[in-house]
Amino acid sequence: MRSKWITKARISGVLLALCATGFAATSAQAQGALPAPGPTAAAIKQRGQLNCGIDTGIPGFAYQDGARKWQGLDVDYCRAIAAALLGDVEKVRFVPTTTPTRFTLLQSGDIDVLIRDSTHTFSRNASLSLQPTAVNFYAGQSFMVRKSLNVAKAAEMNGATICTLAGSSLELNIGDFARANNIKIATLTFDKSEEAAKAAEAGRCDGYSDDTGSLAAVRSTMQKVDDWMILPDNLSKEPLGPYVRSGDDRWRDIVYWVDAALKTAEEYEITRDNIESFRTSTKPAIRRFLGLDAGLAKMIGLDDEWVVRVIKAVGNYGELYDMHFGAKGLQLPRGQNNLYSHGGLHYPLPFR
Amino acid sequence: MQDIGAGAPWRPSRRFALKLAGVVALALFLAWLGHNVAENMAQRGMHFSFDFLHDPFGVDISFHILPWQLGQSHGYALLVALVNTLFTAAIAILLASALGLLLGLMRLSGNPLASGASYAGIECVRNVPLLTQIIFLYIGALQLLPPARASIVLGPDIYLNVRGLFVPVPEWGWSWAVWPVAALSVLALLRAQWRQRVPAALLAAALATLFFAFAASWNRPVLRGFGFSGGWLLTPELLAVWIGVSVYVSAFIAEIVRSTIGGVAKGQREAAASLGLKWHQEMFLVILPQALRAMIPPLTNQYLNVVKATTLGAAVAFPEVVQVFARSIMNQTGRSVEIMLMILTIYVGLNLILASLMNAWNRRLEIPGR
Repeated sequence: MRSKWITKARISGVLLALCATGFAATSAQAQGALPAPGPTAAAIKQRGQLNCGIDTGIPGFAYQDGARKWQGLDVDYCRAIAAALLGDVEKVRFVPTTTPTRFTLLQSGDIDVLIRDSTHTFSRNASLSLQPTAVNFYAGQSFMVRKSLNVAKAAEMNGATICTLAGSSLELNIGDFARANNIKIATLTFDKSEEAAKAAEAGRCDGYSDDTGSLAAVRSTMQKVDDWMILPDNLSKEPLGPYVRSGDDRWRDIVYWVDAALKTAEEYEITRDNIESFRTSTKPAIRRFLGLDAGLAKMIGLDDEWVVRVIKAVGNYGELYDMHFGAKGLQLPRGQNNLYSHGGLHYPLPFR
Repeated sequence: MQDIGAGAPWRPSRRFALKLAGVVALALFLAWLGHNVAENMAQRGMHFSFDFLHDPFGVDISFHILPWQLGQSHGYALLVALVNTLFTAAIAILLASALGLLLGLMRLSGNPLASGASYAGIECVRNVPLLTQIIFLYIGALQLLPPARASIVLGPDIYLNVRGLFVPVPEWGWSWAVWPVAALSVLALLRAQWRQRVPAALLAAALATLFFAFAASWNRPVLRGFGFSGGWLLTPELLAVWIGVSVYVSAFIAEIVRSTIGGVAKGQREAAASLGLKWHQEMFLVILPQALRAMIPPLTNQYLNVVKATTLGAAVAFPEVVQVFARSIMNQTGRSVEIMLMILTIYVGLNLILASLMNAWNRRLEIPGR
């Protein structure tokens, strides 16, 4: 009799436990309290390190300084994501990627996010099953030519020879531009931008063509920088920014909102140096943004301090631009890369 | 076990079974590869099609022998690139053979200076990777040339500068005057060689005079706008591939020349000497014709290498098949499987044709009855 009772108790105990788990699970779903962090973010947290795909070396976006430390706009985006997710800017493994291997590395999971001055396009989104997240740099293809050539705009370049990169949309854009303007432009295509720039420098070509950010970078590497000018024409739209794998929306959200946080901080004039003074702010929008009033951060699986950590680590978007492209860097005017409020295209979605 | 109805007994030997197994294994492997490709392509929503060959190609081709305009089809662009490859391979084979013969003979000459220089040259050239040599030639030599306005004048209307080598061309020459004259002169030369009647050099000189007389009007390179226009331009990219490949392969050809000449029986040389033939007579009338028989098979290998080595042009922006087809067009269309298949076929085809031509030549030179 006794043994039978024990069995009964056991069974009911198991049932009760099952019931409790089921309830807990349903209630968590119903409340939507802390959604699962998503497989990518979970894997990064477990690893304790973000694997970030960057360029192999291009001034402005990703380059190594004298101490062989990676610097650049894309590099600082990697650091910002690490600061947000892992709480430490140093917990990043930088993976330099070449043009042909970059998307494969992301698809295969060798890197968690690709921040490599890569253009967001329809076919990359649809056929490579990659997710463009945010645009961190608005570029457009243009030309860098010798000043002694005396051309003011690209349409005057009839008969010129231009060095550019092989297997890119660059060569196609030049062909389209030449046909549209009824002129002839010869193109020589190289594997690497250094080779193409070297050929232009040697006088083999009259100029070099690339996206504006890269053009400014290449110009800064020329022996006589002042001999070269960048033409005002834009042959194409090249919105550059991070890519993640399709299928993990939570991870995409984190990358997306890190970008938005950098730009929003600039909008509110919150900088690396003055951020502490905002802790006493009474403006609701700023309190929400900085996580002083709890609520937003946990919706994407981060803690309330994440925005403060990011800005303290790398500064706001304007500071990043100045350091890598602007006055302290390549002297490239902000133009389209200004905030919408200053005539540019960067328009961060609101934090609320 | 007897084969039904066959006169001779047919026994499946172990060798045959092994061969059969090999063929079946190969067929299965290929089928597996094909299946794998088909499955993976289907998975990615790609379909196998060569329709892209008709689509327009909007990228400039910086050096072309056939006329090229933006917007002509991918298929025609492939043809333009193929002609570039063939042209480069042809002139590289000519230059490599001439240089190889020269270096080989220099090594064999008794002159220590000539032989030492040839030895040093061959060792330097054949022990450095070809790609390195081509890139060095391109960046380290051809890009250091002066700009157009400070061109090096190599001859009347022949200019060398950083944009390339500009040479004049006969005005209507390439269209109708040149080809018949060139064909006639080659035919006449062959006949002269055959019958040994007219000194070949004299005939060639006469034909060359005729050729220049025919093509009275020249299209000369003239400095205007961004640089020279008119004439014919050998781009630095072409020069780098041509000279790079030729010099590299000539080192191997020189060794072939040396070893095959060494293989000609000593008695032949002694006989020639005893007849009182001079060195060049002995070499060109007695030794080399006999050495040529042994030379052709290894020479075929080198010529095949030349064809394959032209693909290195892609490293210095020379628009040959790989650069135009496997890079630009592959990137624009995304048809990687089709394009790589076509490129494999093209190079296999080119080399098989070249090898069969060389074999035919080899058979002609064979001593009958051997």
